[in-house]
Amino acid sequence: MRLFKSSLKSIAGVVLGLSLGMVVCYFAGESPWKVLKVLFQSSFGSGYDFGMTLFYTAPLMLTGLAVSLPFRAGLFNIGGEGQLMMGALAAASAGVLWKDPHSPVVAILFATGLAFLAGGIWGAIPGVLKAKRGSHEVITTIMMNFIAAGITSYVTLYVIKDPNSAQAESIPLPEIFHLKPFAIFNGAPMGYLIFVLIAVVLIVHYWLWNSVRGYELKVVGENELAAETYGISKQKSWIFSMFLAGGFAGLVGVVEILGNAHRFKLGFSADYGFVGIAVALLARGNILGIIPSALLFGILQKGAGSLDLETEKVTRDLTYIIQGLIILGVAAEGLYERKVKPRVDKKAAKNV
Amino acid sequence: MFESFILPVFRVSAPLILAALGGMWCERSGIVQIGLEGFMLVGSFFGAVVTLSTLNPYTGFLIAGLSGMLLAVLYGVVVLRYRADQIVAGTAINLFAMGVPPFFSKIWYDSTGSTPPIPTAAQFQVAPLWITLGVIISSIIIFHYSRFGLRLRFSGEHPEALQSAGVSVRLKRWQGILIAGFLAGLAGGTLSTYLSSSFIRNMSAGRGFIALAAVILGKWRPIPTVLACLLFGVTEIAQIRLQGVTLWGSEPVPVQWIQILPYLITIIVLAGAVGRSNAPKALGNS
Repeated sequence: MRLFKSSLKSIAGVVLGLSLGMVVCYFAGESPWKVLKVLFQSSFGSGYDFGMTLFYTAPLMLTGLAVSLPFRAGLFNIGGEGQLMMGALAAASAGVLWKDPHSPVVAILFATGLAFLAGGIWGAIPGVLKAKRGSHEVITTIMMNFIAAGITSYVTLYVIKDPNSAQAESIPLPEIFHLKPFAIFNGAPMGYLIFVLIAVVLIVHYWLWNSVRGYELKVVGENELAAETYGISKQKSWIFSMFLAGGFAGLVGVVEILGNAHRFKLGFSADYGFVGIAVALLARGNILGIIPSALLFGILQKGAGSLDLETEKVTRDLTYIIQGLIILGVAAEGLYERKVKPRVDKKAAKNV
Repeated sequence: MFESFILPVFRVSAPLILAALGGMWCERSGIVQIGLEGFMLVGSFFGAVVTLSTLNPYTGFLIAGLSGMLLAVLYGVVVLRYRADQIVAGTAINLFAMGVPPFFSKIWYDSTGSTPPIPTAAQFQVAPLWITLGVIISSIIIFHYSRFGLRLRFSGEHPEALQSAGVSVRLKRWQGILIAGFLAGLAGGTLSTYLSSSFIRNMSAGRGFIALAAVILGKWRPIPTVLACLLFGVTEIAQIRLQGVTLWGSEPVPVQWIQILPYLITIIVLAGAVGRSNAPKALGNS
């Protein structure tokens, strides 16, 4: 019942945000119906379109996890963007560090491990600072995003820069590191990885509800005092949840680097880290809810590109407005509570 | 010294100072303010738009503040009226604000998120610096020596005490939010009508977050907050001056290392004992 009610709230938030977005379109002089049609067709219109939608959905599942998991431990991770940059940088460096891993499986596991570790360490730093020094994780994760931007830019431009390219991009990965996409997607860069990622979400959900560590994490998030009373270390849960979160965000590097670009390009991320906040929020901390929620935002992301081409008055940036409105619609708790009018004489109440 | 260092530092610090003081007022009233970045972005866009159409930078500057404030109204309604989580709502405001300038620039200028340049005749000379100075001085005085300042601070420390004294906590928090919106909007206006001559895409470029960091470094007090902004201003100037300069060895200093300096300083100070438990006690509980 609780689950039912909270999914209703999410749906109401989405409907509210989308409707307001359509009202905005209407005032811009663009038919809302047309905008919706463009969004839908460009996401599901063909095998390629659907493959691209999944390609945008996959990073959002990961960054959604990166926000949801610490959220369960009572922390707000705004650092997904920095964590995924570090993960992507690590994945792109894998080819430089180990040029010939002999087998594709080893190569991909090696790069994936590096990405997870790099993102995880980047996430764990704010976790440690919170646990040991009490620094507020919201501020430290935001700062870590900027630092990651500086470091990735430096490494890409000076350390692993592709000498044959005029662009700001790293040395391309050897063929052996590439993930193969499905043929039915007609060139959209998504393959078995999407199933692996869905499995990751399912495993995290199972782990959270069926393991001691997962249970401790939830207790810390729900009631710090109770956790302490039972001898559960909140510090450990904080650091661990932030490490995992950063690791999952880092895996965006696998989607993007091994699956698509095969090298690190500055500015590749379509704000995945921040949209992940919206994904997690829409899922309301429910790990399984991340899958549909990420798909919705993936559709918005994919559809956005077509808005530039197929409409006159609105651009891809409309999705920022819609995303913002959806989060506000979901977050505004008070919208969904029925007001119970207290039976008091108003005049008498004022004099109290 | 003044011409070559102090003035340039104050120039680049001005938008940080305006936004940070706005953030300080808001957080002191007990409301977390992540949305400074969004207010700034919207302010810098509409500031440039109105300056372009009226050719009067003062009108543009005022509209910059008011447009930031308008977005703050949305934030206030969602947070105070509908009790949304403040950090979540602030993040949403920032996302929302990223979409606003391109949306209007497409309709008005058929561009993807920038405005045409403002003619030289309609550009500011030094006015925003004087305004910033005025905001600093009045913030310090009002914060420390006025009934308004005292009550607003109480709203963030001991809301129950304020309530039982018959003062509306909600009103103080609304005031804090609106001040933040207005000042951060002005900060945005400074960027587009004074420090450069047009609005460009994502012009605020993280300055709202740096301003927030300055509030925290400054322990939520006006004078240290302004000093923290000036410190960040110094690193920004250093970044510009050191481009291509060779300090040691043969390679020039990479800009990136100087770029990350303000953020690194913030983290280190936050992690050090100085940065702890100075936040308003009721911050974030509404």
